[in-house]
Amino acid sequence: MSVDRRQFLADATKFLLLTGAAGQAWAFVAEGRPQDAPDYDIARHWWAMFIDIEKCIGCGRCVEACKIENDVPDEPFYFRTWVERYYIPARDVTSPRAEDHPKVDSPDGGRHGFPDIYPKEDGSKSFFVPKLCNHCAHSPCVQVCPVGATFESPDGVVLVDKDYCIGCRYCVQACPYGCRFIDPRTNTVDKCSLCYHRITKGLTTACCEVCPTGARQLGDLRNPADPIHELLRTHKVQVLKPNMATGSKVYYNGLDASVR
Amino acid sequence: MHNLLPGVEGFMYPNEMELQWSVLIVLYPFITGLVAGAFILASLERVFNLEAIRPTYRLALLTALAFLIVAPLPLQLHLGHPERSIEMFLTPHKTSAMAMFGFVYLWYLLAVLVIEIWLEYRPYIVARAQSAAGWSRWFYRAATLGSYNLSPRALRIDDRIGRLITVVGIPSAFLLHGYVGFIFGSIKANPWWSTPLMPIVFLFSAIVSGIAAVLLIYFVYCLARGIPLDMPCLDAMGKFLFYAFLVDFGLEMLDLVHRNYEADESLKTLSFMVETRLFGSQIVLQIIVGTLAPLLLLGLTQLLSLTEAARKGLYATAGALTLIGIFAMRWNVVIGGQLFSKSFLGYTTYKMEFATREGLLPALVLIVLPFLILWALVRIFPPMLEYDPGRKPEANPALPAEPEA
Repeated sequence: MSVDRRQFLADATKFLLLTGAAGQAWAFVAEGRPQDAPDYDIARHWWAMFIDIEKCIGCGRCVEACKIENDVPDEPFYFRTWVERYYIPARDVTSPRAEDHPKVDSPDGGRHGFPDIYPKEDGSKSFFVPKLCNHCAHSPCVQVCPVGATFESPDGVVLVDKDYCIGCRYCVQACPYGCRFIDPRTNTVDKCSLCYHRITKGLTTACCEVCPTGARQLGDLRNPADPIHELLRTHKVQVLKPNMATGSKVYYNGLDASVR
Repeated sequence: MHNLLPGVEGFMYPNEMELQWSVLIVLYPFITGLVAGAFILASLERVFNLEAIRPTYRLALLTALAFLIVAPLPLQLHLGHPERSIEMFLTPHKTSAMAMFGFVYLWYLLAVLVIEIWLEYRPYIVARAQSAAGWSRWFYRAATLGSYNLSPRALRIDDRIGRLITVVGIPSAFLLHGYVGFIFGSIKANPWWSTPLMPIVFLFSAIVSGIAAVLLIYFVYCLARGIPLDMPCLDAMGKFLFYAFLVDFGLEMLDLVHRNYEADESLKTLSFMVETRLFGSQIVLQIIVGTLAPLLLLGLTQLLSLTEAARKGLYATAGALTLIGIFAMRWNVVIGGQLFSKSFLGYTTYKMEFATREGLLPALVLIVLPFLILWALVRIFPPMLEYDPGRKPEANPALPAEPEA
C-alpha cells in the first residue's frame, strides 16, 4: 500500500496531536489528581443511571473497568460496582413465595463473568443485576456521617471527602445496598463516585463506557435532551428496595421482585 | 468465590464480607450502660431520699466516673483516623446521631458527674487540704478550687445545687444511653437494629447492668476493706435490680413477640440467625443464663424469707449473671446485626482477632481499665464517709482511718 504525501501529513498531524493530548492527560495522572473542569456548571446537572436488566449479559467488563479507572483495591471484597446473578429454579418460579428462594452469586463481583453452573432450558429463571451506589436523593449514609465527610453534591452525586473521613464506618452500616467499603490502604470509606472526574468533563462513567450492550446508561435528569427522559417515560422502571425511601436515582428496567 | 470463604453461607453483597464493627463497639454500649445505670442508682438516693441505698451512693458516682472516662476509648481505637475525631466537635454534622455523641458525653462528664462528685466531696476535700501532708495536701488544695467555706449556709447551698444537678442528671443519663440505643435503632437498613424500642431497651438494660455492677463493687469493696455489708442496702438494691430487670425483660420480649407477629421480610433470615449463629450467645447466654437465671434467683429473695448469708450469695450470683447477660445482649445487638446480609440471603461469621488494634486483648484491657481508675478514685475520694452522721466533715473522726492518696 502506497501512502501519498497528503495522507502521510494527515496521519502524522493526527499522531502528534493525539500524543500531545495523551501527554497532557498523563501529566494529570502522574500528579495524582484529575484535570479541572472549568466549563462544568454544577447547577445544570442532576445525575442518574438507567440499567436495563434485559440487556445485561453478565460479562463483568463494567466491574473490571471500574476497578481500573478508580483504582479500587484488587481483592474480591471491595467493589464500587459489581454484578449479581439471580437463579430461580423452575419449582420456585411459580410458587407463591418465589421471591424467598433465589440463588444468588457474584464470584469476584462478576468481574470475570459467571461460570456455567446452572442447567439450561429447564423452566428456571435467571438474570444479571449490576449494582452500584444508588446516589440517593435522601441518602441514609449522608445523614449519619458524623463529620459530613460524605455528602451529596449539588448535581446529585454522593461523594466522599477522604481527607475528612474519620473511618467510623457508620455510613457502611446505614447503606441498605452494601455499596460502601473501607479502603484498607487509607482506612477511609470508599464508594462509587459515578466517575465524577469523567462526567464533569462531558464523558460517561467507565462502566457505561465499556458496557457492550448498553445495559448501563448515565443520564442527566436536569437536561431535557438527555435520552434518560425518554427511557424513563417508555419503560416500567423500579429502584432497589423502594420501601427504604432513599430517593434512589439508579433506575432498573425489568427488575424482578426477588432482587434485594 | 465468596461462597468458598470459611464462615460465609448463602449470598452476601461482596462488600459485606468484612464485619465493620468489632468487639470494641460491643464494649462501648456496655460501658456507657454501666455509667448510666450507676448514676441512675445514685440519683435514686439523692432525689427520692432512699436512705437504704445510701452506703452505695458515692461508690455509684465514682463507678460512673471511672467507666465514663473509659467510654470513648473503644471508639477511638476503632476509628480509621482517630486523629480526626476532633472534627466531630469542630464541624459536627447536625443530622448525624453519632455527631452528637461528643456533646452528650461532655455534657454528662463535665456538667453533671464531675460537679456532682465535687460538691459531694467538697467538705472532705477541704478537710484534707487542711490536714494532709506532702503531695496529697497540694492535690486537695487544688481540688478545693479556692473555696474553703464550709459554713452551714454554704453546705446547704452545696446540697441544693447538688440536688438540682441530680435532677438534671437523670434525664442526662437517660439521654446518654438512650442515645446509644438510637444510634442502632435508627438504622433503617438493618432490620435487626431498626426499632423504636431500641433506645428504651438499651436504657433499661443500662439501669439493670449499673445496679448489678455497683452491687458487686460494693461487695468487693466491703470484703476488701473488712467493712460489714449493710443488709438493708443489699436488699433494696436486690429489689431494684429485680424490678428493673423485669421491665427490661418485658421490653425485650415485646420486641421479640412483635417481630414474630409482624413477620416482615427479614423474619426468616433473623430467626434462622438466632437459631444457629446466635444460639449460644442469645438463647443460652443472654436469655437463659443472663436473664432467666438471675430473675429466678432474685425472685427467690423476694418471695422467701432467707437467711442473710443465703441472700448475700443469691445477690452476688444474680449480679454476676446479670452482667454476663447484659454483655451478651450488647454482643448480640452489635455483632448479630452484622452476621446476616442486607440481601437477606446469606450469613457471615465474626472472627475475633487477639493482639490487634480491635482484638480481644485491647478489649480485655478496656474492661480492666475502669476498675483500675475506680481503685485510684476510691483511694482519693473514700466512698464510705457517709457513715458519719449528717455528712458533717468538721466532726469527722473517720478521716485518719482512710487511706492516703
